[in-house]
Amino acid sequence: MSKLYSGAEIVFKCLEDQGVEVIFGYPGGAVLPIYDELKNFSSVKHFLVRHEQGAGHAAEGYARSTGKAGVALVTSGPGATNIVTALTDAYMDSVPIVCISGQVPTHLIGTDAFQECDTTGITRPCTKHNWLVKDVKDLAKTIHRAFEVATTGRPGPVLVDIPKDIQFQKTNYTKYKRQKKINGKAQKHFNQSEIDKLINLMSKSSKPIFYTGGGVINSGPKASTLLRELVYATGFPITSTLQGLGAFPGDDNQFLGMLGMHGTYEANNAMHECDLMINIGARFDDRITGKLDEFSPKSKKVHIDIDPSSINKNVKVDLPIVGDVTEVINSVIKTIKKKKTNFEKSNKQKISKWWEKIEKWRSIRSLDFVNSSETIKPQYAVQRLYELTKNKDTYITTEVGQHQMWAAQHYKFDKPNRWMTSGGLGTMGYGLPSAVGVQVAHPNKLVIDIAGEASVLMTMQEMSTAVQYSLPIKIFILNNEYMGMVRQWQELLHDKNYSESYTAALPDFVKLAEAYGCVGLRASTPEELDDKIIEMINTERPVIFDCRVDKVENCFPMIPSGKAHNQMLLGPNDQKENKITGKGKTLV
Amino acid sequence: MTKPKSAYSIPGKQGKFDTHIIVVWVDNEAGVLARVVGLFSGRGYNIESLAVAEIDPKLNISRITIVTTGTPQVIEQIKLQLKKLVPVHKVADFMRNDKNVIFKEMALFKVVGNESKRKKAIKACKKFNAIILDKTKKSCVIQITALRREIDLMSKSLKKLGLVSLSRTGAVAMTRGSEIFR
Repeated sequence: MSKLYSGAEIVFKCLEDQGVEVIFGYPGGAVLPIYDELKNFSSVKHFLVRHEQGAGHAAEGYARSTGKAGVALVTSGPGATNIVTALTDAYMDSVPIVCISGQVPTHLIGTDAFQECDTTGITRPCTKHNWLVKDVKDLAKTIHRAFEVATTGRPGPVLVDIPKDIQFQKTNYTKYKRQKKINGKAQKHFNQSEIDKLINLMSKSSKPIFYTGGGVINSGPKASTLLRELVYATGFPITSTLQGLGAFPGDDNQFLGMLGMHGTYEANNAMHECDLMINIGARFDDRITGKLDEFSPKSKKVHIDIDPSSINKNVKVDLPIVGDVTEVINSVIKTIKKKKTNFEKSNKQKISKWWEKIEKWRSIRSLDFVNSSETIKPQYAVQRLYELTKNKDTYITTEVGQHQMWAAQHYKFDKPNRWMTSGGLGTMGYGLPSAVGVQVAHPNKLVIDIAGEASVLMTMQEMSTAVQYSLPIKIFILNNEYMGMVRQWQELLHDKNYSESYTAALPDFVKLAEAYGCVGLRASTPEELDDKIIEMINTERPVIFDCRVDKVENCFPMIPSGKAHNQMLLGPNDQKENKITGKGKTLV
Repeated sequence: MTKPKSAYSIPGKQGKFDTHIIVVWVDNEAGVLARVVGLFSGRGYNIESLAVAEIDPKLNISRITIVTTGTPQVIEQIKLQLKKLVPVHKVADFMRNDKNVIFKEMALFKVVGNESKRKKAIKACKKFNAIILDKTKKSCVIQITALRREIDLMSKSLKKLGLVSLSRTGAVAMTRGSEIFR
């Protein structure tokens, strides 16, 4: 008879078979048997966080920077409820997370036992799928299935809830054999005629644009390589969503910058005026489209997405192509090469007028700001950070708010998986624990969390995690003492009624850093900024960098309330152009 | 209506609402109904009626029939979102006015009153395959199978004939002819 393993052992056997090297977690009563087995499985390293939300975001950072599933281990009750925010965040941004939660013993379920909660009930709407394991014989199968669901199709979080008695019970374990199936759910697959239609549209178009999103990143590094090949071959302009940054080099001339609410003037106008929009792995989010009725009125729209439910959800498209981005682009490139050898040349001429128009928009320089010699402008801080770190393979995470948009606008990414930000859910407090996860995955790389002082306080406790494991993450706080984005909306839209958006008592971040046992730095003037940033980069320990910036700077450009892409609000530097378009100031 | 101050998105034009019957084949496992129903409530879709029961104990398959209303875009989303759920095998969608599909609901009426009233009630139900399930000197229980609006009408007209209790199911549906939905 083969050896019998306890449920707790089977959890680790499964993790080993799935190639999991790292888990983020926090122990508690209902997962103690699993924690007891940890010592027997040296290939799985556990990182103790300070709050379960931190475990979830760390797993997200790990997943987004590696392309592998992130794993979190939490206890029942509060352990599970604390990770709900991170699971929802992962669900919105399609990040593969496997969360293993403990549960009270089977016979106590439903009795309001200590630290009991309906974990599968609570997490049902924020996971791709979840399971409550009621029989130890199902455990291995369930965990392997969980990894399969999390990582295939459109990725996302899953949760496996394991009652404590199941962790003790014993059964057989058979080694897992990875199946080659793409997805347990049958996927409608694209066909060649759809690709031919796309190429036909591309060759006819005189004002085309690529609009790419996180799906390109999720499809793996090959997708980015192929995307570049396709974009260079066609000579078309390309813009990207927040999540798609890095798929195409940010400093390339064909790249128009990010689009959407705080996107560039040229990207949004090009989206509005184009006659062919090729959406690759983006989902027509409301922060992208603005007013739906006036969204890109003259264009034929092509939507390439692995998730059929993304198609026609917000915007009706003319040509849907359901499939993995890598495969679709690959077959587009192959078909172009096979059928229209002259395609590249002829098309470049056709769209030269289009490029002239784009260059005109670009000349407005919508990301410009009025710099100052006395106070540090937050945009300037991000620009300097970029200039001083661009030659290293730097990983950037962010919190949520103005600093996040400034980072997206001014930090130029040229590789995928280098940019971790909470886009869909917009979770303040995401960046710091996410940086922990990224640093765990890439111990020798520079990992910076571009943060705001309000966001970072939400998960500040994870600094303790970073110190415990000597993870030299850099927390670069753009400190303006306000919840900046809230303040900006109040200024522009609520008659400058700054209701509760000022934090009157903030900690001294340098002292806080010292209290955590890491390094605190502060910059208050533009002259000292560069030196301090260099000092931060050269510090081989975790750093909290308190960058005192202009308190009332606003993030521009901005598409205001219920407006379309061509009705952008530009910054103070561009008042003149604003009047020319005649639409920008309608709001204020 | 005053314009909201800081709403980024302002609702666009609303399309026309249609009534559809969505049939979902699912694994009969714990929580599966909650997943399906939760998807409807979570995304703001309507449920007019719902019928669910296991149809294949061997394969462990249940059939859920949901009557819903929505714009064509919403109905399309409902189907695609349902297909994404792990325990869902297939999803069928019928328009309520589709002549090739049979829809039926069942209702039980308890009528209390003198003989003449009860007789009138039974007579009124006759065209809807009325079956008398229980009879006493004062009351009777009548079962009918009919369309939703027919049951609505019946329950209205039976009120004056002593209807004291009404119990009804959601709609179930099946295509006509020899074809089945795959």
